[in-house]
Amino acid sequence: MNKIMSGNEAIAYGAYLAGIKVGAGYPGTPSTEVMESFSRYPGVYAEWSPNEKVALEVAIGAAYAGGRALATMKHVGLNVAADPLFTVSYTGIKGALVIVDADDPSLHSSQNEQDNRHYAKAAKIAMLEPADSEEAKQFVKIAVEISETFDTPVILRSTTRLSHSRCIVKLEDEPAAVEIEPAAYERNAPKYVMVPAHARQRHPVVEERLKKLAEYAETTPVNYIEPGSGDLGIIASGVSYQYAKEVFPGATFLKLGMAYPMPEKLIRDLAGRVKQVVVVEELDPFIEEHVRLLGIPVKGKDVFPNIGEFSQGRVRRCAAAAGLIPGKIGAQPVQSQQLPVRPPMLCPGCAHRPIFYALQRLRAAVFGDIGCYTLGAAPPLAAMHTCLCMGASIGNVHGADRVKVKDRTVAVIGDSTFFHSGITPLINLIANGGNSTVIVLDNRITAMTGHQPHPGTGRTLMGKKVPDISIEALARAVGFNKVDVISPYDFKNVLETIKDHFQSREPSLIVSQYPCVLNIRERKPSPVVDQDACNECGNCLRIGCSPMAKVDGGVTIDPALCTGCGFCASVCGRGAIKARTNEGGGEH
Amino acid sequence: MKGVANIKRKYDFLFTGVGGQGTILASDIVSEVGMRCGYDVKKSEVHGMSQRGGAVESHVRWGEKVYSPLIEEGEADFLLAFEMLEAARWTQFVSAGTVALVNRHRILPPTVYLGQAKYPEEKEIEDILTGAGSKVVWIEGTARAVELGNPALAGVVLLGTLSKYFDEPLDVWENSLMNLVPEKFRDLNIKAFHAGREFQG
Ligand SMILES: Cc1ncc(C[n+]2csc(CCOP(=O)(O)OP(=O)(O)O)c2C)c(N)n1
Repeated sequence: MNKIMSGNEAIAYGAYLAGIKVGAGYPGTPSTEVMESFSRYPGVYAEWSPNEKVALEVAIGAAYAGGRALATMKHVGLNVAADPLFTVSYTGIKGALVIVDADDPSLHSSQNEQDNRHYAKAAKIAMLEPADSEEAKQFVKIAVEISETFDTPVILRSTTRLSHSRCIVKLEDEPAAVEIEPAAYERNAPKYVMVPAHARQRHPVVEERLKKLAEYAETTPVNYIEPGSGDLGIIASGVSYQYAKEVFPGATFLKLGMAYPMPEKLIRDLAGRVKQVVVVEELDPFIEEHVRLLGIPVKGKDVFPNIGEFSQGRVRRCAAAAGLIPGKIGAQPVQSQQLPVRPPMLCPGCAHRPIFYALQRLRAAVFGDIGCYTLGAAPPLAAMHTCLCMGASIGNVHGADRVKVKDRTVAVIGDSTFFHSGITPLINLIANGGNSTVIVLDNRITAMTGHQPHPGTGRTLMGKKVPDISIEALARAVGFNKVDVISPYDFKNVLETIKDHFQSREPSLIVSQYPCVLNIRERKPSPVVDQDACNECGNCLRIGCSPMAKVDGGVTIDPALCTGCGFCASVCGRGAIKARTNEGGGEH
Repeated sequence: MKGVANIKRKYDFLFTGVGGQGTILASDIVSEVGMRCGYDVKKSEVHGMSQRGGAVESHVRWGEKVYSPLIEEGEADFLLAFEMLEAARWTQFVSAGTVALVNRHRILPPTVYLGQAKYPEEKEIEDILTGAGSKVVWIEGTARAVELGNPALAGVVLLGTLSKYFDEPLDVWENSLMNLVPEKFRDLNIKAFHAGREFQG
């Protein structure tokens, strides 16, 4: 039996087949669906942790206790989890630990396009890199084997194009159910208590392990040579391999399923068979530098760019320009010119909108954060002025407030982001006598990545009811005296509350509370515009809501797109936007 | 165009639209049909930020053996555009022989509803596509979907029209569709699919 699966679904399926029983992750495009699909398999425990560091620590705990464990995150999430990563390399684990990392070349949904293969090298652990969904399934099983054989964490690296492409996967027999008797926890301080004296003993073990992994890389079935013509020898891994297969159909290939460590002998073997070695890899020259160190002449980043993801078209054009294949040099695909752009926008009815509109009216300098609400930076709202990494807003505003600027400053952060990494900088405001204002946009869900629960939701990934943690109570507990909870749709109160907080000399926090409109699917009748009363002031257009459109002599509201939140009516100074009367219809 | 399935070895389908319009489901259905007909199938889709009303595209490829999940420029056999402006945005994938099935439906992008840019006329969109060599078929997808009670069915109407270009038995399409939509919406989806088959391809 075959089934079409995304790379992420196949990773989850492979984890299930490999007997992984504990999974922890934090959502992040393109990794999110791994943990979501894993959670649906029978007999597993899966959780969304508040951030990637916690997720990795949970998975490490499970692996220390002898279990097979999975941690999932996007590339920048591994930065957050880097601290436990580098030292779990020293301790190793008792069970198995697979870390799924999903990179995002071309920044489809990210703040940078870092190449996380460097993490495997820096932490001195193995990394596997599948090239399609079928491999993704198999490689998780191999990762578990490597982890158990070599006592090492293993990173399984995906990229957006693998995670979010779908292809045919062979279904396999259900894994045999194993009854596990509770065993005593194995105490082994020299291995697991990383005080300097112990860690010094572990470092040589890590170096020794890396040598063994490099030997394993020579014989593992995931690295292999595909014989072909004697002209070009292509080295590729991950989805780049697929593009290269289309562009160099007759060439000799070294397909690397293991991105780190690399197989020296296999690379020399390939070089001995061909006139020219070519590395096709996205982002950094990671494989290329290794080949160069072996003293083998190689073409790589002199032919293919180190920015953005590849496609077979891009690889083909670069290869033709470098004379590696015949073809028109400099031929660029004809792209449609001068069409109106269509960037993502805050949804109609999004409760983040009134806050940004208010901040725009108050001309505040807004230190922002990452989530759907980052779309508040887009015109016409244009009311967010920084977005660095998750949780940065609160530290940023505190730092900016130590430099005298003329503007009113404020931090704006989403609720999932707040629980991810906003709490420590919030404590810092109190602990260092800061006086900044923080607004938390509390829609009780992680909206951007597709509505995952977080510590404020009151429900776990597996559907269990748990306490929903109150941001207001948390702020008061750490010493905030000035805390207000507001509804974004009571717009007069929004403006007054923010102004009041701006005037305050003490640190203060506003929680703007309203559920995500996509999540609750709330729909009220859309309002109608009284064109006679409209004086075309443009206020309602400045809220940046897609159902509103400028027409000759006024504005219209598209009832098919409008969710009826009524915010446009509250910014109209002329009362020209009115609730629809019953006969008016509208969608319910 | 009947009978093409036996002649050509590969099919590349490009789905374009606006985040939230259902291009992912429609492209899943076409992937499923391909697999059930014995093709190797790969598909690529967009998640994340763009799903909030941005321009989105999905690639589906059928072939004897498919390597890349992306279509190469100029190689699309079919363009299924869920929105008119998004039909014209991806012409680098279109060339002589591409059939463009375009849903006659406008969703205004921000620069247009703010009055800063003009939405192209239907004729301009058609000219852009025919200029790239494509044959353009206009489909009242959204209008028919609204008649059926749910504008979100527009994509399934397009799939109905698409199915007319293939010899593969109708029940492969119907079963793939039913396999991928929730049970309570199956009848409605089948109706929308057959509404699409009434359009002249
Ligand atoms: C370290 C890191 N992990 C994960 C992500 C992916 N990510 C971006 S925004 C976001 C969640 C935002 O949720 P929330 O703060 O509740 O805002 P909302 O989208 O609901 O408005 C996530 C998980 C990231 N960019 N960086």
